[in-house]
Formats: sequence, structure tokens, C-alpha cells
Amino acid sequence: MTVVTAPEKTPTTPQAPRGARRTVHPLVFNLIALVLAIAVWALTAAAGLADIPGPLSVSSRARELLSDGTLTEDALASLQRVLLGFALGTLVAVPVGFLMGWYPVARGLLEPYVQFFRTIPPLALIPLVIVLMGIGETPKIFVIFLAAFMSCVVAAFQGVTGVDRTLIDAARVLGASDRTVFLKVVIPASTPFILVGMRIGLGAAWATVVAAEMIGAQKGLGFEMVHAQTYYDVPTIFVGLISIGVIGLVMDRLLLLAERRLTAWQERR
Amino acid sequence: MSPKISFRDVVKTYPLKSTTFTALGQVSLDIGDREFVAVVGPSGCGKSTLLSMVAGLVEPTSGTVTVDGAPVTGPGPDRGVIFQQYALFPWLTVRGNVEFGLKLAHVPAAERRRRADHAIELVGLADFADALPKTLSGGMKQRCAIARAYAVDPEVLLMDEPFGALDALTRVQLQDQLLDTWTQERRTVLFITHDVDEAVYLAGRVVVMAARPGRIHRVIDVDLPYPRTEEIRLSAEFARIRNDVWTHVYHQSPAGSAA
Ligand SMILES: Nc1ncnc2c1ncn2[C@@H]1O[C@H](COP(=O)(O)OP(=O)(O)O)[C@@H](O)[C@H]1O
Ligand SMILES: [Mg+2]
Repeated sequence: MTVVTAPEKTPTTPQAPRGARRTVHPLVFNLIALVLAIAVWALTAAAGLADIPGPLSVSSRARELLSDGTLTEDALASLQRVLLGFALGTLVAVPVGFLMGWYPVARGLLEPYVQFFRTIPPLALIPLVIVLMGIGETPKIFVIFLAAFMSCVVAAFQGVTGVDRTLIDAARVLGASDRTVFLKVVIPASTPFILVGMRIGLGAAWATVVAAEMIGAQKGLGFEMVHAQTYYDVPTIFVGLISIGVIGLVMDRLLLLAERRLTAWQERR
Repeated sequence: MSPKISFRDVVKTYPLKSTTFTALGQVSLDIGDREFVAVVGPSGCGKSTLLSMVAGLVEPTSGTVTVDGAPVTGPGPDRGVIFQQYALFPWLTVRGNVEFGLKLAHVPAAERRRRADHAIELVGLADFADALPKTLSGGMKQRCAIARAYAVDPEVLLMDEPFGALDALTRVQLQDQLLDTWTQERRTVLFITHDVDEAVYLAGRVVVMAARPGRIHRVIDVDLPYPRTEEIRLSAEFARIRNDVWTHVYHQSPAGSAA
């Protein structure tokens, strides 16, 4: 570390210059993996190793479901539930997590509940929720809310308790009150944690919606799959599964992008 | 003249299982207005504790710490602190960091900008005012932290091993820059270091501490004129004082027999 050059003139650039690398873009490998998977799938189906439809019949089913609007409608219904539950969960989780991280009393009071309910998968609450709330939209949103809340509250809490002590001291010696320390240091310093928590929360919410829709719904990807199951309509089940995967992946990438944007100041290891 | 900073019979203990651990036992010291005092001593002898009490981040268990005759009750912008780990806000640019304290003091935007730019200029970071800390070298980060402290114009500057993590050349550059600024606008400086040369080069007085319990072992005057130059650094008098300090740092009487 003690290189005696003039280190004061140039800022250290962490990344190597882009053009200098001769490695293949990782996307190429991703693409190869995708093609391979489809090939294996097609071969398995064609050889009759398992009683599953091949890529062609699934994609033609997908085209049908797209052209009659079912797929779009189902996807939108599922998305709407997830986004509503997720937004509510995050909105409640962040202040609760902050409260727990900042005030030892709040932590003492709330942590046992959070730790306890965290060990119960939200799906396990479905029977209870149906009894209490019926089979309308409310129980579905509630379960999704819980899934998102649990992931995010812990992240926000850990974000606050993990803030570097010297950063807080640095603000205090510049004249910052407790309130200012919280607003100007603790919140920005814990954003990376919260964004990670939100990503996990969104994943959990998306995983939950499909199951929640299996308990009686008029629309939604989960409902459509259960419906198809009663008719042995395997291609539709495949279309549902692939849609769930694709939408989940897209949402995760969008949040990752937002995370990179908002925390570009972080020194990455 | 009454002292700027005054420690009176200051003791700091920490609870330790069944007993208490004495980090600092019975320290009394006066630091004059606009004086530059360096503190050296083995690690764990309570140097940071001493400084944190002036900063208002740590309370003495007994005894009093006063600044301008008034007991320290908490941190405040009249006492600037520079930490060894820089402690820059990573989400703010260099200018954002330097303006942080000015915003808290409700300095109007134009004036804030002017004062921040002046401080940034002073430490030689003008070309990097809009850079994020992660793009800066260690020396530049510490320059930024120094500018952040200067910007609010504190009367007392508390520096806790500020150059300890820097390479030799950068360290010398920052020492000279610190002295330049200090001779122009004299503030009271309490400077902690483990580097005896650095202490003698910078300070008008060197406080040598001893450990277990943390205490003041010896106070040595540095009768060298300012501005300090390369010539002074190489002079026989400098060598004599440095050897004197070294002797007291490394051949301390065993713990318990107070100096
Ligand atoms: N919060 C604390 N709790 C317990 N012991 C502490 C605490 N802070 C400091 N100490 C102890 O007090 C002693 C003095 O610490 P410090 O002032 O940091 O020493 P120095 O800066 O000279 O290395 C050390 O032995 C350290 O372990
Ligand atoms: Mg220390």
C-alpha cells in the first residue's frame, strides 16, 4: 500500500479499462445456457421420457392465451396483487425497522414478534386467513403484505444497527442533533440494506401470490394453473410457470437496477 | 492567560465484568489558546479517550474537562474532529461533505458554497470537488475530512492519528499543509500520533503518555521556531528533542509508579 509515487494527482479508478479486456461477454454464456435448456426440454419431450409437452406446443398455447387476452389479464391480476401487498409491506416495514434499530425500547418490544413470525412461512397462514377474512382479495393481499414485510423489516433494522459509529460521531461533532443524525446519516447509510431487503421481499411476495391465488380467485396466474390442472391441460400449466419465472426475473432485475443507481456511492468489494 | 482546554483530575473507567477498567487515571493538563500540542504514547494508553472527552463524545467518570472555562457537555461545531478512518459520508461528494456542517449551521447557500470552496481550495482538492469519496485515495480522503472540519471554522482542532494510515510522502505533504494553515489562522490543536518525529515536527509541546492506567508521563517543550522547515527537521536540536521524547515513550517506568 505504500507506493511512493505521486498518489495525490489522479483519483484511483477501481475498474480496469473496458476495452482492454478480451473476455467473452457473460451474456453469451447465459444465452448458451438458455438454448441448451430448451434443447434438453425438447429432446425429453420428443423421446417421451416424461409425459410433458414440448417447447412448440407450449409456445403455441402461449400464443393462443395471449391472443384471447387471458394471459395478459391473469398476469396483470397477479402483478396488481403483488405490487399492492409489496408496497404496503415495505411502507410499514421501513419505519418499523428504523424504530427497532434506533430505539432500544422499540427493539425490545417488537423483536420477539418479528423473530417469531419470521419463522412461519406466510403460506402457512393461509388457512387461518381464509377463516378470518374469507376468500376475497383481502386475505391474498394480506398474506403478500406479510411476506414482503417480514423480509424488509429485518433488513431495515439491520441497516440501522450496522451504521458505522464514526459516521455518526462525525455528524455529531459538526453539530448534528439526534434528529439530523437520523435523517442525514442513518437513513442514507442504511439504504443499501433496505434495497436488498426490498428485493428479497419482492421475491417472497411473488412466490406467495401464486399460492394465494390457488385458494379461490377469478383471475391470476395461480388461478389459471389450478384451473388447467383440473382439465389435465399441461401446456397451460407450463405457460403459467414460465410467465411467473419471466415476470419475477424482470421485477428483480428492475429493482437491482434501482439499487445500483441509488447506491452507486458504495465502495464495492 | 486562562487555558483554552483544561483537564482537571480526569478519570475514565469502563465497567469490566466484575471490576472496572481504568482507561485514564487522574489526568490534569492545560492547553493554551492557539497552542499546538501533540500527544504520543503506546496504544491503549487513553489518547483517543482524552481527545473524545474534549470533543464531547465521551464523558469523564470524574474530574472536569473545560473549553474556554466551561465544562464540555456534548459535541459542538466549535471543536472540529478529524478521525483516522476519515469518516467521510460516502453518499456525498467532496463538496457535499464539506458543506455538511455549514448546512447544519444554516449558512445561506451562496455563502456556504463560497466557504466550502475556500476550504476545498486550501487542502488542494479543487479539481475533485464533485467527486465521490470512493474515487479518492487515502490522502485525498483525509484532505477532504480536514476541509470539512475547517469549513465550520472551529477554534479547536482535534486530530486523532489523522495521518497514521497514509504513506510516508503523503504524510509529509499533509503535515506541511497543516502547519501552513496553522501559522496563517492559528487554532488550538490537539494532535494525537504514534509517530514521535511527527509529534516533534508539528507541536510546540509534546505530551508523552503511559499505559495501565492511562496517564501523562512527561510533557516536553519543543523549542523550535515556526515555520518549521526541512532544515529544522534535519537540525541537531530537532534530533535532541526527538531522542528525548523517544526515551520517554520507550523507557517508561513500570505501571503504577506515577511519573
Ligand atoms: N467503550 C469502551 N469500553 C471498554 N473499554 C474501552 C472503551 N473505549 C476504550 N476502552 C479501553 O480504554 C483504553 C484506552 O483506549 P483509547 O483511548 O482508544 O487508547 P489509544 O487511543 O491510546 O490507543 C483501551 O485499553 C481500550 O481498550
Ligand atoms: Mg486511539
